[in-house]
Parts: sequence; structure tokens; C-alpha cells
Amino acid sequence: MPVVGLGALASAGCNGTPQTQARAYVPTYFRAAEWEFLVAAVSRLIPTEGQGPGAIEAGVPEFVDRQMEMPYGHGAYFYLQGPFHPESAATLGYQHRYTPREIYRFGIENANSASTRVHGREFARLEPSSQDEFLASMEKGALNFPNIPAALLFAQLLENTREGYFSDPMYGGNRNMVAWNWIGFPGARADFTDWIDQAGKEYPYGPVSVGGTRS
Amino acid sequence: MTTPRKLKPVDAVIIGYGWTGAILAKTLTDAGLQVVALERGPARDTSPDFEYPRIADELRYGIRGDLWQPLAAETVTVRHTVNDTAVPYRKYGSFVLGNGVGGAGVHWNGQLWRASPEDFRLRSHIEQRYGKHFIPSEMTIQDYPVSFEELEPHFDHFEKVCGVSGVAGNLRGTVQPHGNPFEGPRSDEFPTPPLPAIYAAQLFEKASAQLGYRSFPVPAANSSVAFTNPYGVRLGPCNLCGYCERFGCFLYSKASPQTTILPILAARPNLEVRTGAYVTRILQDSSKKRATGVIYIDENGQELEQPADLVILSAFQMHNVRLLLLSGIGAPYDPSTGQGLVGKNYAYQMCAVTSAFFAEDVHINPFIGAGAAGLSAIDEFNSDHNDHSKLGFVGGAVIFAGATGGRPIDQMLLPPGTARWGRAWKAAVRKHYRHSAPVTVQGSVMSYRDRYLSLDPTYKDKHGLPLLRITFDWHDNEYRMAAYAASKAEDIVREMRPQSQATLLLKPGNHYDTRIYQSTHTTGGAIIGSNPANSVINRYSQSWELPNLFIYGASAFPQNVGYNPTGILAGLAYFSAEKLKSTYLRSPGPLVS
Repeated sequence: MPVVGLGALASAGCNGTPQTQARAYVPTYFRAAEWEFLVAAVSRLIPTEGQGPGAIEAGVPEFVDRQMEMPYGHGAYFYLQGPFHPESAATLGYQHRYTPREIYRFGIENANSASTRVHGREFARLEPSSQDEFLASMEKGALNFPNIPAALLFAQLLENTREGYFSDPMYGGNRNMVAWNWIGFPGARADFTDWIDQAGKEYPYGPVSVGGTRS
Repeated sequence: MTTPRKLKPVDAVIIGYGWTGAILAKTLTDAGLQVVALERGPARDTSPDFEYPRIADELRYGIRGDLWQPLAAETVTVRHTVNDTAVPYRKYGSFVLGNGVGGAGVHWNGQLWRASPEDFRLRSHIEQRYGKHFIPSEMTIQDYPVSFEELEPHFDHFEKVCGVSGVAGNLRGTVQPHGNPFEGPRSDEFPTPPLPAIYAAQLFEKASAQLGYRSFPVPAANSSVAFTNPYGVRLGPCNLCGYCERFGCFLYSKASPQTTILPILAARPNLEVRTGAYVTRILQDSSKKRATGVIYIDENGQELEQPADLVILSAFQMHNVRLLLLSGIGAPYDPSTGQGLVGKNYAYQMCAVTSAFFAEDVHINPFIGAGAAGLSAIDEFNSDHNDHSKLGFVGGAVIFAGATGGRPIDQMLLPPGTARWGRAWKAAVRKHYRHSAPVTVQGSVMSYRDRYLSLDPTYKDKHGLPLLRITFDWHDNEYRMAAYAASKAEDIVREMRPQSQATLLLKPGNHYDTRIYQSTHTTGGAIIGSNPANSVINRYSQSWELPNLFIYGASAFPQNVGYNPTGILAGLAYFSAEKLKSTYLRSPGPLVS
């Protein structure tokens, strides 16, 4: 398990850079190199630049790591009995044998090897523009990974990134409901009795979480 | 293998404790029978299982699907043609399966439709109106052996059980101004008035009116007011919380077995509900003329035999069919010969969506919504409401407006061409989230000789039993139906004056895609009909093979409709229940000779 220095912990929650905020969380599942990849990748999928929170401010890496420790990460939600026919038509859905944990474990290693081979550096050490190109190649399946198809790793990353961005903060992402604030989703309010007769008006209230926090 | 421990015989055993299981549990316990209901999932009730705020959690319920059947233990396999090898439906996508007490009736949307009168005599109607040649030879549609008029009192009763909100469109033959003018004559008003339309539905209503269509509120089993149903069970008003479909209702507004029927059954001494009871076989006597009970595996993995005089098969459509096949009841359908009936006429629905993207001063507020309440629809292009002679297809679609919620992970609408990630995506979700709305086309799918259900030769459930295999893909009839209905939806959306609009429509060459949620309205496989040569069950939902076996659910539908199935299958169940009470329980035996 990667252990973070006190310096990084001290900067948590103090408007640190995205990198230091991400480091404030000690991952359980992801190993040091995997964690660097994950942090770098989600930083490109929902970047900090431009208006609105990025994946790092929203705590997406923490979300993904915690999901890996839940039944979901172990594949408990999926039918994973063989035989496996990954060559099936894409329209028949997921046909690999891998759990989400395995997709990340083998896929990130594949991705870093490919990055090192092509660019001489691991993915996290590339320039953002090169990272974007690398991710776009993964998305298109234009990179050949030996274990996990590049497009599968990409799809897993994008799915979990969106989940971490928009799910309730109890799961570690959407920290302080930043993503809900950004789009104007009131979260777990779940009561619009007063709005039944006010259709078309701008909804003025910010979100609440399942845990009862407001922002 | 050890012999299953034999339990004390009961009068009736119910397999699956969802909507139809609850309806039959009430009927049979009313009549004084000793009844055991076997439900493979867990016990569930409004409190504590659907309580606020815990239920308002998109990730847990809307994405991971904690109320759904766990696929890890049992799923189905899918292939497009009879020549393909089916592969498992490993992750949820196309449809979601219920689990636990209440079944899918817990996490449905609550759109409670009847079907149109002609839907119950579809083959005859089409042949009379357009000629026999109009129906393609591979299309195996057939009439129900029961009419709309016979089912109507039971539709009416179920609407009252559910406290359905809506406006009558045809009251005893007189068309009413604000309801669905195409509905069959109803004997009574809806039990509760509709909630006002949500904003997207208001824009749709206005646009529809300009185009000459008659919009109306979607019939909603999301009660609009405090309401006491005929069983004395109370429902409360819906608050448009946005957590309807895929969630249990914390407000006692959405009708479910829990909020309408189960409370009065809970204390009955002649009913025992066993959860975690996974039925693996319906037993028959040596003459194969009579069901003798069921075998099930309990929560501890123990195999038990529950003898019963009457067997009620009321699981989800697919599970009904699988259990018949696993039990060797009836001949499995063979598409190469057209012989056999179990698994025949599997059908689905074909949907299209036109998304409207408005400017940022148009406040759609998608999170204010329910599964059915507040939505508006038109029915001009459904069933055979319009002249199909030049259209070249059978069937149609309901077109309805408004989202069933604004869950940001799953229900984010973005214009085509929007970046899927990066800075542009981040900007787009803010720009469009509060200002976009879907108009949905939900279309019928006919039944065909080469679309069916069978047991998979390879894949097994966690107990080693074969999974159900779906052989399904789209036919030309449905591509044409959807293209036609979608063009009407596009016209309406254009009239709603969004900044832009985009339509998702399946076209010839697009195969059935199990990755994308479309509809859980799967039908057929144990169809209802007029004689043992064309159906698995008779008009009273009684098995032709085993007269003490009754089968309920959308497995009965000979083909699908453009409406949601719950109203139809509940009507068939109440129609059957009445006959059970009046005739069968007095004198058990075949109800149709």
C-alpha cells in the first residue's frame, strides 16, 4: 500500500493543488504506480481546467479505490461463469472474464508498458496533451494491450469516473457535492411538492446528500 | 443426490411473490385455502427497505441495482439468430429483473395502461381490416381468447387497487375531452385525478395540440392524493421525488404489492410467505395430468418438496418460461418445425427517443418527476388507431414526454457529437442538464417464428441448472413502426421549439443491443390462446397440460403492445381469480374443454 508523506497529508483540504488533494487519500486497492495512473487518467477525463470541478476536486480516485473494495470491485454484480466468448458481437455486451479489480490491475500495467514503449515514460509522467492522445487511442481500441483490451480499460475508467463524479458523497467522490452544484442537481432532496405547481421556474435550492449535508 | 425433505402438503403454493402472486394470494386466502408463497429474493417493505433518505441513492439502486435480481447467481443468455451461440447477459443493460417480495412491482415506473380493444384480437382485426396478406408469414401473432370487454371490470378494479391517477378518455362509450380518446370504453373514472404535468410535458401538450394531437396524462400508479383502496390500504400523494423507476417508493405513493395488497395479507393465518426459496421444479404425478407441488432450495441450501393441490406460477415472464422448461411441462418450442409451445412467441418492445435541448432560460428541472405522474402522452400512433394500410407494418407506439427523473449518472441527455470526456464534456453537462427533456416512443414488437425462449445448452445458474436462452433480434416490421412513430415524435419536439433536437432510432442493420436499457417489457413464452394447439394456457390462465397449474404474467402475451404490460397482466390475473373463486375451487378441473 502506498504510504503518503506528512507533507501531502498536511495540505489536504487547504486548497492544495489537485495532486496534493488526491494524495491525501491513502488507497487500499491500488498500488503506487496504479494510483498514479488512475489519478492522471481521471484528471484528463474530467479535467480541472476550465469552469467547474474536475475529477480530482470531486474525489473520483478515492471513489474508484473504495469501489474496488466493495462487492462491485470483486465482480459480485456480474455473471462471471465461463465459457467466455469475448469475440462475440459487441451488442451482446460484456463477455470478458475480468472483475473491475482485474481490469484495473492488468489494464493499468498494460497501459503503462505501452506508454513507456511509445513515449519512454509511464502515462502519469506524460504531458497532458499526450495523455489525452493516449486516452483517445485507448478509447478507439487503437492500442494493443496484451491482457486487457485498451478500450475495455478505457470504458471502465470512464464509467467509474462519471459514477464517482455524480454519485452521493458517501462513496468518496462528488466531494462536497461539487458536481451536483456544478450541474444544478439537488441530490437527495427528493421532495418537490411545492414545485408541482411551479413548472418552468428556476429551481433555487442547492443539493443535500443522503447523509444530510448541504452545500 | 439426497431426496428432498417433504413438507406438509398445502392447498396452494405460489411461485413468485410479486404483483400476480399477491393478487392470487389474496384470492386464495379469501377463499379459505391454506397457502404458501415462495419468493426467491428477500423480504422487502417500505420501511425499512425503501426509507428516505437511504433510497435516494442513484449509485446503489439506479446503477448497481441493489433491488434487482443478482445476475451473478442467475442470468439469461442471448443470441440474435437460431444459428448463433448464445452468450450470457453478464451485466445489466437492456432490461432489469425483479427480485424479492414485490418483484419488479417495487421498482417499476407505475405507468398503468390497459391495452386497446384491438390488441386482444390482433390477428383477426388486422386480417379483417387489411386482408390476410398484410401479416407476414413469419409473424406468429394471434388473438387473446378473452376480450377487452371481459377484462374491463378487472382493469377497473386493479386501477382502484393502485389508486391510479388519470383522466378517462372514453367513459362507457362517450369520448371525454381530456383523456385518451383511443382507449377502450371504461366503466368508471380513474380513482384519483392526475398530478399537473411537469414542465417538459406541458411543452409537449402545447406542441401536440398545435399539430392536432390529443394529449393526455399518462395513467399513473403514482397516487396524486391520499387514497384508500378497495382493500382498505392507504396510499399517499406523490411528491415527484425523482427516485421512482429503479427505486422503492418511500412515500407510499407508487403502487406496489407492498402499498396495495400485502398489508392485508400479512396477518392471515392461512398464508405463509417463505423468502429465499428458489423453486427449481414443478412436480407432476406419473400420469403427467396433474401438478403435485414444487421442489425448492431454501436459504440454507436445503432442497425441499412442498406438495400442493394447486400450483400458481407467478414469477417474472422469463422465469415462468424457464421453470416450465426445467420441469418438463409441455413441449418446448422448436423454431425449425414450429412445433411445441413452451418458449414460443417471445417478444419485446422497440423504443426511440427524441431529446430536446433548450436554451438555459428554459427550466426543465428534470429531477422533478416520477415514473408516471406528471407525464403526458399521445396515442394516435399506437395499436391500430390509425390506418396502417399504406404504412407496411403491424403495431404502433405510445409517445410520451418528460423524464422519469434526472439522475445524473444515468439520465444525462447530451446532444450527439458532444465530447464523451474532457473539458468540453464538463461544460456540456452544465449547459444541458437542467434544460433538456426526452420524448419517448415505446413501440410494440410482434411475435415471430424465429424468436423464442429455450434452455441454454451451456450456461448454468448457481445451482447448476440451465439458464434461459433468448433468441431475439429485430424484424423489418418493427424498424418501420419505430421510424414512423419517431418521425411523429420529431415533429412534436420541433414544435416544442428547442435549440436543437436529436433522435435515437434503431435502423435496419442495427441488432438488438443488450448493453443499453430499452424496456423490461419482455413478453411471451407461455402464451394464452383458444386451444391446446396454439397456447400454453387457456383464457383463465390455466395450463392446458396440468389443470391445477395456473400461470400469470406477461409470459401470457401472444405478442407485445406499445403499452406497459402491468395493467394487462393484472387484468388477466383478476379475470382468472374470479373464475377460480366461482368455479375451479368448487370443482377443480379444466375450465375450458
